[in-house]
Amino acid sequence: MTMMHYEPHVTSDGRTIGNTMMEMKNITLRFGGVVAIKDISFDIREGEIRAIIGPNGAGKSSMLNVISGFYKPQEGEVWYLGEKRGPMRPFEVARQGIARTFQNIALFEGMTVLDNIMTGRLNHMSASFLDQAIWWGKAEREEVANREKAEEIIDFLEIQAIRKTPVGRLPYGLKKRVELARALVAEPSLLLLDEPMAGMNVEEKEDMSRFILDVNDEFGTTIALIEHDMGVVMDLSDRVVVMDYGKKIGDGTPDEVRNNQEVIDAYLGVAHD
Amino acid sequence: MFYREAGDFKTSYSADNQTFPIAFDRWRYYLVLFVAIVVIPLTISDYWANSLLLPFLIYVIAALGLNILTGYCGQVSLGTGGFMAVGAYATYKLMTAFPWMDMVSVTILSGLVTAIVGVLFGLPSLRIKGFYLAVATLAAQFFLVWLFNRVPWFYNYSASGQISAPERSMFGVAVTGPNAEVWVKYLFCLFFVIVLAWIARNLTRGSVGRQWMAIRDMDIAAEIIGVNPLKSKLTAFAISSFFVGVSGALLFSVYLGAVEVGEAFGIQKSFLVLFMIIIGGLGSIFGSFAGAAFMVLLPVLLKIIGVDLLGWPTDIVAHIQLIVVGGLIVFFLIVEPHGLAQLWRLVKEKLRLWPFPH
Repeated sequence: MTMMHYEPHVTSDGRTIGNTMMEMKNITLRFGGVVAIKDISFDIREGEIRAIIGPNGAGKSSMLNVISGFYKPQEGEVWYLGEKRGPMRPFEVARQGIARTFQNIALFEGMTVLDNIMTGRLNHMSASFLDQAIWWGKAEREEVANREKAEEIIDFLEIQAIRKTPVGRLPYGLKKRVELARALVAEPSLLLLDEPMAGMNVEEKEDMSRFILDVNDEFGTTIALIEHDMGVVMDLSDRVVVMDYGKKIGDGTPDEVRNNQEVIDAYLGVAHD
Repeated sequence: MFYREAGDFKTSYSADNQTFPIAFDRWRYYLVLFVAIVVIPLTISDYWANSLLLPFLIYVIAALGLNILTGYCGQVSLGTGGFMAVGAYATYKLMTAFPWMDMVSVTILSGLVTAIVGVLFGLPSLRIKGFYLAVATLAAQFFLVWLFNRVPWFYNYSASGQISAPERSMFGVAVTGPNAEVWVKYLFCLFFVIVLAWIARNLTRGSVGRQWMAIRDMDIAAEIIGVNPLKSKLTAFAISSFFVGVSGALLFSVYLGAVEVGEAFGIQKSFLVLFMIIIGGLGSIFGSFAGAAFMVLLPVLLKIIGVDLLGWPTDIVAHIQLIVVGGLIVFFLIVEPHGLAQLWRLVKEKLRLWPFPH
């Protein structure tokens, strides 16, 4: 399979695709004897929407977990913003400007929507412990400044009405949206979305697609997403990586991937005779 | 009617963030403060102070501490009694080694010593959670009590193995020792309660508190959005132990005066404080107050009803108390896991709309 030459350019809808932001080089991830990811390389460019697709168990979520620092690959290198990633804990990766959502919603159920979103701001808050204990000066100023940012995102995602509701009481679709808000409010350079539309009805999917496009368009956030809904993936993304059994079987624009014989075989199956 | 937020518009985020957003709540809070600071010291009697007010104030501090660790950060601890003992013995050593030191500094330093010990025993929390952590803290409880019993240096080689608080004064009035008057003791404890409750509230509403709650609700997600679990859990242990240490220090120096470690700071104390926060409400500042008040009041109330009104023998009433507390714990765990604080919230919710609920 050949990959088309991909240069920085301006897309037909006026978005700018820039230089390589993240590069995965020959990543291999094993769990004991199981090889979840086999020697995969691909890159993510600034400003693009990059999708990772593949049948169940193909290793997509594992790949996202490698990017967010949750899994450490046994082989291969992760390059981010021109630097090779050393041994790093997930919270350190988050501080580099990588935020994510989860396949099974991972919100803080005991907290309100606003608190959940404000938690996403924590990498922008630096008031010392003592400042916060007496809540004077810096701590309060910082809280208010970050609240303003949180409110911006709340407006953007249209969840004003539920800001003080405990997350545990919300329906599924709204939870997904709050989770997106929590990731967005961190002002990430790279946003990872693990099946943002899983379990949604058509209307909710349309809403979510619109939010994803708006995020990319308005904030210029680079997005890498995993999704099962082919229609959605093909419409949203600039480039697609296709995985099957831990291997990369396709990489390119939606049109290229759609016509790739290996991809068609993986999705539809081939007759073995 | 008066309990309304309608028309009470907030025009800034700090106004929206305040502790008591409803005007009526705010005034009630000032009234409570006024009564606590001015009215009670003028009218206080020995009986009320010793059977209710002092233990209430002291246990509020312990409950706040444990609530930070268990209610906010989700780390179950059964070592509260042991950490209170650390506070008490630190106070004793400081009082005897530095007789010139004032009691506020002694109490704060005792809290700091306990915070250090708490962090040490909190280290396992980085690896283990839930029941297993509870057992690890249980080990702290037994180890610390054993330590204070067995190492004579801690009780200054006294023959009885007890520690007793010498008399210390502040501004010319005795705070500790047999000559201290109750209103002084009361105000001394109240000072710590007000300051520490204020600190607890501030910490839990800001970034630190959200990190604790994030760890409690979903530690993996918390780490992935940028919470450092090591730092977050250990600060929770440190702050919690500081509170618990101050509480132990006050229990020893101001309230009891003389202490035998196994008796005063045994495993029952750990459970007592745990019951307070379960009944009061996990993850709630108000719940810590409500739970402490409830657990201090209950025995007094039962004694008044059982012994004084019905004329039952004291030991039977004492047994009934155990049954009632056990029953209540089960009741709260099943019916209202968020405790008295949640009931209070529900009442307020209803009041907002009363008398026209639609």
